[in-house]
Amino acid sequence: MDSKLSTLDPLNPRPLEPSLPKLETRNSKLETQNLNVFYGNFQAVKSVSIAFPCKAITAIIGPSGCGKSTLLRSLNRMNELVDGARIKGTILLDGSDIYRLSVLELRKRVGMVFQRPNAFPLPVFDNIAYGPRIHGTNNGSELQAIVERCLRSVHMWDEVKDKLNDSALRLTDEQRQRLCIARMLAVEPEVLLMDEPCSALDPIATLRIEDLMRSLKEKYCIVIVTHNMQQAARVSDYTGFMLLGVLKEFGTTKQIFTTPRETDTENYISGRFG
Amino acid sequence: MREKLIEKGLLLVAFSAVAMIFLIAYLIFREGVPLVAKVGVWDFIASTRWAPSKGSFGILPMIVGSLEVTLLAVIIGATLGLSCAMFLAEFAPRWSVRILKPMIELLAGIPSVVYGFIGVVVLIPFIRRTFGGPGFSVLAAAIILGIMILPTVIAISLDALNAVPPLYKEGSLALGATRWQTLHRVVLPAARSGIIAAFILGMGRAIGETMAVIMVAGNALTMPTSLLQPVRTLTSNIALEMGYASGDHQAALFATGMVLFVIIAILNTIALVIARPRT
Ligand SMILES: Nc1ncnc2c1ncn2[C@@H]1O[C@H](COP(=O)(O)OP(=O)(O)O)[C@@H](O)[C@H]1O
Ligand SMILES: [Mg+2]
Repeated sequence: MDSKLSTLDPLNPRPLEPSLPKLETRNSKLETQNLNVFYGNFQAVKSVSIAFPCKAITAIIGPSGCGKSTLLRSLNRMNELVDGARIKGTILLDGSDIYRLSVLELRKRVGMVFQRPNAFPLPVFDNIAYGPRIHGTNNGSELQAIVERCLRSVHMWDEVKDKLNDSALRLTDEQRQRLCIARMLAVEPEVLLMDEPCSALDPIATLRIEDLMRSLKEKYCIVIVTHNMQQAARVSDYTGFMLLGVLKEFGTTKQIFTTPRETDTENYISGRFG
Repeated sequence: MREKLIEKGLLLVAFSAVAMIFLIAYLIFREGVPLVAKVGVWDFIASTRWAPSKGSFGILPMIVGSLEVTLLAVIIGATLGLSCAMFLAEFAPRWSVRILKPMIELLAGIPSVVYGFIGVVVLIPFIRRTFGGPGFSVLAAAIILGIMILPTVIAISLDALNAVPPLYKEGSLALGATRWQTLHRVVLPAARSGIIAAFILGMGRAIGETMAVIMVAGNALTMPTSLLQPVRTLTSNIALEMGYASGDHQAALFATGMVLFVIIAILNTIALVIARPRT
């Protein structure tokens, strides 16, 4: 395990090696230290230490079943919904343990978009106003402003401004996924977790969501899980490669895709397994 | 060949079931319509005097009684039943659901005469002591019926809640919503039509129930103006008098059934309109 972790040293909070100058932990928004996640006796994530920088997109790639979703869902404690799931290790948000926050506060600050667009069976407006409402904003004009702002940031205000009272289920898959992103933005999160957000979308819609992610990067720390390597290469600044629960390699996306240090990584990105 | 035979057979069974319903409706209407025509529709449903031996056939007090008892029972049963289903679906630990659900389903199997008996022994004296009056009352009937429809309401609304895709729940929780907020803002609206279906079936059971109601309602032929007064429902009227009725009297009981039939159809239609999913 030590030998594997040595490639990650630049990310660890303590020893700061200058070898990867862009990856300073000083500006890491969210990080895990020796994170282990279990489902009953099965260990799905093994000693993962990874830091996600601010204002950047970090992609987690790896074959299906390697623990990407599990890692992501432990970051906002969504894995607790699974009976028998537990974690060992440390997760830090802005340098302080996420378990020191209430789970509600944590999820507010660390938002999540799911694989299948899960817009609520409610009107478009109510979908976006949902977050602000549960967190205590009930003023009509305030909500109106939030809804417009969030729909604008996902570039769909013009498309749906006349359909705010229609059920969100009438929208296309892409629109619903955008809506889910807008709904998440409405609670003003700091980190955006996206679990294969494009896997239910066609290639054109995928490219447009990727554009959206690039524009959101200006303000947020974004973590995207994908098993689509082209997507990771296109959209992310940093990439982590996972295999069987272990974070095999982490680096800038350019480095991972051009000069991977691990043979497993090389095999995976050259399509030899997965 | 065998396929065809099975298909034909099933078709036959399906049609005979429908035919049976139409036959029953036909028999009721054949007996009831002439009497209503003779008495006059308005006099039949809007007059308060029921004295078959003297040729007075007014069933208004019973219509009011049936509606009152049924609506109150549905309010009681729906409130308790939905709360219980919500608890079982979202908050109860798994093991307790495995025990509680079969127990609740068992409640549906208890004969109505037993419910009525418990009503007479426990509920009636309680109402008499607490609120005064005879005890046999609208309130007693509504409470017993409310309890009787619980299994139906709980089982069906629980299924409706459990059928809501977990994706919606996750979406809400991931926004920092509490479990309660998630339940009442996302899960309940998503399960809405199933829950209303549960209420409709409960209502159907309540308005049709006879034995337990006869035992606790008091069956007086007066207009029920207070919840503590005795009341006679449409079903009770038929059950109580059919043993000795003949001629016009018997026809009037069929006509009572006819009115019940129409009321149930109207209530179901209203409920279906409310339950229609908004798109
Ligand atoms: N709820 C669960 N209960 C038990 N095992 C699970 C559960 N969810 C995932 N796993 C297991 O954990 C491992 C990682 O799963 P996951 O994180 O979903 O992988 P990925 O997202 O990389 O495809 C898999 O082997 C999977 O079978
Ligand atoms: Mg996954």
